Amino acid sequence: MKILVDYDKCTGLGICESLAPDHFEVNDDGDLVLLEEHVSDEDIQAVEEACAGCPTEALRVER
Amino acid sequence: MAIEKFVVVGASLAGLRAVEAARKAGFQGEITLIGAESHLPYDRPPLSKEFLEPADGQPDPPYFREESVFADELGVTLMLGRPATELDVEARVVRVGTDQVPYDALVIATGAAARHIPGAESLAGVQVLRTLDDSLAVRNALDEGARTVVIGAGFIGSEIASSANKRGVEVTIVEALPTPLVRATGTEMGPAIASLHERNGTSLRCGVGVRSIEGLDRVEKVVLEDGTEIPADLVVIGIGVTPSVGWLEGSGLRLDNGIHCDETLWTGVPGVYAAGDVVSWPNPTLGVRQRMENWTAAAEQGAAAARNALDPGNAKAYGTVPYFWSDWYDVRIQHVGTPDADEVVLVEGDLERAPATDNRWIALYRKGDRLVGALTVQGQAEIMKYRVQIMKGASWEDALAHAARRREAHAAKLAAV
Ligand SMILES: Cc1cc2nc3c(=O)[nH]c(=O)nc-3n(C[C@H](O)[C@H](O)[C@H](O)COP(=O)(O)OP(=O)(O)OC[C@H]3O[C@@H](n4cnc5c(N)ncnc54)[C@H](O)[C@@H]3O)c2cc1C
Ligand code: SF4
Repeated sequence: MKILVDYDKCTGLGICESLAPDHFEVNDDGDLVLLEEHVSDEDIQAVEEACAGCPTEALRVER
Repeated sequence: MAIEKFVVVGASLAGLRAVEAARKAGFQGEITLIGAESHLPYDRPPLSKEFLEPADGQPDPPYFREESVFADELGVTLMLGRPATELDVEARVVRVGTDQVPYDALVIATGAAARHIPGAESLAGVQVLRTLDDSLAVRNALDEGARTVVIGAGFIGSEIASSANKRGVEVTIVEALPTPLVRATGTEMGPAIASLHERNGTSLRCGVGVRSIEGLDRVEKVVLEDGTEIPADLVVIGIGVTPSVGWLEGSGLRLDNGIHCDETLWTGVPGVYAAGDVVSWPNPTLGVRQRMENWTAAAEQGAAAARNALDPGNAKAYGTVPYFWSDWYDVRIQHVGTPDADEVVLVEGDLERAPATDNRWIALYRKGDRLVGALTVQGQAEIMKYRVQIMKGASWEDALAHAARRREAHAAKLAAV
């Protein structure tokens, strides 16, 4: 499973980082950095919450 | 009892997330989504931000989903432009005028409505900003170069002022309280953030109320308590919201600063749950009863309330570290947790200088020996680390140590470029 980010939509609000900090981080410029694009079974719940929590609907998990 | 009919009242963020979560949870019965506005569900935060920016022609409304998604993918019957008028919890029906919509499980997500100044509603050019139609009206007035007065220096009022300022129209904010944003950010940081207005050339008048808003058919001026007259073509009122519960009077639901619910967003009435700006619930993460007015909570509560309503035997508590953001004058303000603190400490930044990459403002909020909140201006890389810490119940000492490490790392990075 892999995370897909629509960088045109993302505005660096960072909700995803707070819900799945091993995968997402917002940098000093306010841009999202994908720390780990692959999602393990263990992490999938947190990553799905991050996708649902994104206010710009910029995140998706491709199965 | 098998649940066959799921009804959601309020077709905005929380309501949309409720119907989507129901399908995601495998619910196969009928779903009806009832909304007072005639629009498809749309996103509100852009309405006081991007949507007001200058553009060639009209920008696209921020609809969440196309109509076909409701019909084809979600199998949801939409009843739009149709406010629910009554809830009968005995018969388990929602009345919409003379129509009856029966439910087995119900989520109420009627949100909140902007407060108006009594008497000023009928004057053209006087606006609140809560809906897409409101935003269009403000947008059109700004396009015409309207001299703008914003009443209320809260977040939404401030965003509107900042948008107006960007277009170069004259703009004044009037705030009755001596210092703005205290309820949302505390006495230490409220004034600092409010100073962004003056720094950017928007005048801010605090500690003075509005005596009257005057004009014949159209607004002409705002008169303050001290007699000052400010000429205006557009007046935007941003003095807060009231939860939309009028239609529930007499329904038997407990109404007290919104719909009173338990930790699982249950109203106490069989089958009836609530979500979003309309709900007051004990937030287990912070141990306090709250009513949120932010995007994140509305989205998450919509989904949580639907899952619980459809499977009440396994209902789960909903807890969150509250989060909101606001964009003014090209800076981003972010807050997590609660501003209700014993002490607020600025751990990074110089409030005398404008916030910037090399001058991030970061304030931490302490209650007892715990970290309970954080506020950043231009601290996008920092804020969520504090949200995680608050979620985990971090101590104040650990939070300060973390802040010191991050401050040094940031300084080192700036020195290297
Ligand atoms: C201009 C603006 C800017 C914002 N900016 C931010 C921001 O930057 N960050 C942030 O976190 N939050 C922001 N918010 C707040 C955020 O948009 C709200 O918290 C969120 O919209 C709440 O969603 P909701 O679904 O609970 O309620 P609402 O969005 O209020 O929707 C409730 C819906 O129910 C409908 N309704 C009401 N009564 C009835 C009835 N009797 N029958 C049927 N339907 C009914 C209403 O018409 C409305 O469409 C902003 C809000 C506004 C207005
Ligand atoms: S939550 Fe969404 S907008 Fe925010 S940083 Fe993550 S992907 Fe970007």
